[in-house]
Amino acid sequence: MPMTITEKILAAHAGADSVMPGEIIQVDVDLALANDITAPLAIEVFYKLGTQEVFHKDKVALVPDHFVPNKDIASAEQAKTMRLFARKHQITHYFEPGESGIEHVILPEKGLVVPGDLVMGADSHTCTYGALGAFATGVGSTDLGVVMATGQTWLKVPPTIKLVYEGTAGPWVGGKDLILRALGLLGVDGAAYKALEFSGPTIKDLSMDQRFTMANMAIEAGAKNGIFEPDQITKDYAEPRSSRKQVCFSSDPDAVYERTVHIDVNSLEPQIALPHSPDHVRPLSKVDPVRLDQVFIGSCTNGRMEDLRAAADILKGRSVAGDTRLIVIPGSPDIYREAVRDGIIETLLDGGAVIGPPCCGPCLGGHMGVLAAGEKALSTTNRNFVGRMGHPTSEIYLSNPSVAAASAVLGRIGGPGEL
Amino acid sequence: MKCEGKVWKFGDDIDTDLIIPARFLNVSDEKSLAENCFADVRPGFAQNIGPGDIIVAGRNFGCGSSREHAPIAIKGVGISMVIAKSFARIFYRNAFNIGLPIVESEAAVDVISEGDWVSVDLEAGTLKTENDSESFVIQAIPAFMREIIRAGGLVDYVKQRGLK
Ligand code: SF4
Repeated sequence: MPMTITEKILAAHAGADSVMPGEIIQVDVDLALANDITAPLAIEVFYKLGTQEVFHKDKVALVPDHFVPNKDIASAEQAKTMRLFARKHQITHYFEPGESGIEHVILPEKGLVVPGDLVMGADSHTCTYGALGAFATGVGSTDLGVVMATGQTWLKVPPTIKLVYEGTAGPWVGGKDLILRALGLLGVDGAAYKALEFSGPTIKDLSMDQRFTMANMAIEAGAKNGIFEPDQITKDYAEPRSSRKQVCFSSDPDAVYERTVHIDVNSLEPQIALPHSPDHVRPLSKVDPVRLDQVFIGSCTNGRMEDLRAAADILKGRSVAGDTRLIVIPGSPDIYREAVRDGIIETLLDGGAVIGPPCCGPCLGGHMGVLAAGEKALSTTNRNFVGRMGHPTSEIYLSNPSVAAASAVLGRIGGPGEL
Repeated sequence: MKCEGKVWKFGDDIDTDLIIPARFLNVSDEKSLAENCFADVRPGFAQNIGPGDIIVAGRNFGCGSSREHAPIAIKGVGISMVIAKSFARIFYRNAFNIGLPIVESEAAVDVISEGDWVSVDLEAGTLKTENDSESFVIQAIPAFMREIIRAGGLVDYVKQRGLK
């Protein structure tokens, strides 16, 4: 029976020859992930099950990133709960600040996810790992607690929507714009309960960093997972990072899709998501030059090396506008180190940016850049819901890092072409 | 299982940041989470819930983050059930896992208003509005999910079947 890449990975983990959309299956999990917000609840569930051991101490990843370095006493207690659990159960992949960064940045970087894996994470952006040709999806803490105990979970096989990108992207257009465009077409529940498969000639040349950005935001269309077929670019990234067996699945030519959506990128401009929804997308030229109080470059969407490099390219020899604050947060210590070595951090500092330690930062309005009432921000993150980054009357626009850096210089929403 | 109460009506795409803003996620106990349920968009929501009250919402309820804190806050505040046109998938799983009853009904949501009184019989699969003026058939819960509910949530379901 012909299958999509998502169906093949699910079948392989269910011990079945084939699976069909709609079927409920029991699957083996290769990696279970939780963070400092979701782990404490998952740990509670784990103990309620009466288990003594995690299913595999190498297959659980616990990453402090949301409120770490601890923002207050309560969050310090949560981080401590996770730390003590990790020590007690000798969790191999637990990371302290200094080694830790944003979960969805460091797990691929450290080679903890490889093509063909099935990953369950107590974080909605777990779908990021689809960039590697893995099946990865977000769940709540109870589901995750059960996975930590049993190494298994149940899934309903999703139908797949295929996105076919065609054409060559112009200047200042990257993975963020490709996914924002798709969100504008699909809507925030346009792929609900479904798989999103990214394909087409444009995708073939995209770097891993750009692919991570795209898979990351599959959840913003309500999708269960977002996935790329692994190719040489994937292998070049994943093989040196892990000695585990890597299985590169691909969709059969006659696989069945629920829908195919074609996206022409030849004429695609940088895209902006307007408040208060990631599907409220307009091309940059159709967006008002809104004055900005803050610009944030970072997060599991756009806190990687290429993103910082793009920002530094814009900021070189320029400064952030007087009434605007620019916050830049590298997604991991490795990225931070490389950015220091390549002079990127110096360029950003000279331009007037403040650099934060690798973590989620203001992305979820917890700390390190929370917005005041009525403030407007442009952010390279993935969500601009009401109150996501602070006060409920603040407003968030989403863009790619080049546009974000240019807007920081302009003090208002605008593109690099205007500089 | 029956739920009956006054309606709190919400629109489409109610995300988990609205249900429980992230700044309140530095704790995970039900009571503190409940106190801040819908804190930003409906100040006083948590303090004014009557026994059995029901949330009725549009499409894609619970979209956004995976935080289980969202259904926990809703349950903790005393809401007996959420009726929506549709639910985001992580919220859907989470609600069943922690034992918060949720049902989908496009037609019912359209006619129910804030402050209405509704009653739902999950076993019979019916939803009735004030004074039985209108009644709707609600979408059946998938058999597998029913087993989880019958067991009393995912933890008990897994325990009953035995850990591998
Ligand atoms: S960077 Fe933002 S979206 Fe990504 S894991 Fe952290 S809080 Fe979630």
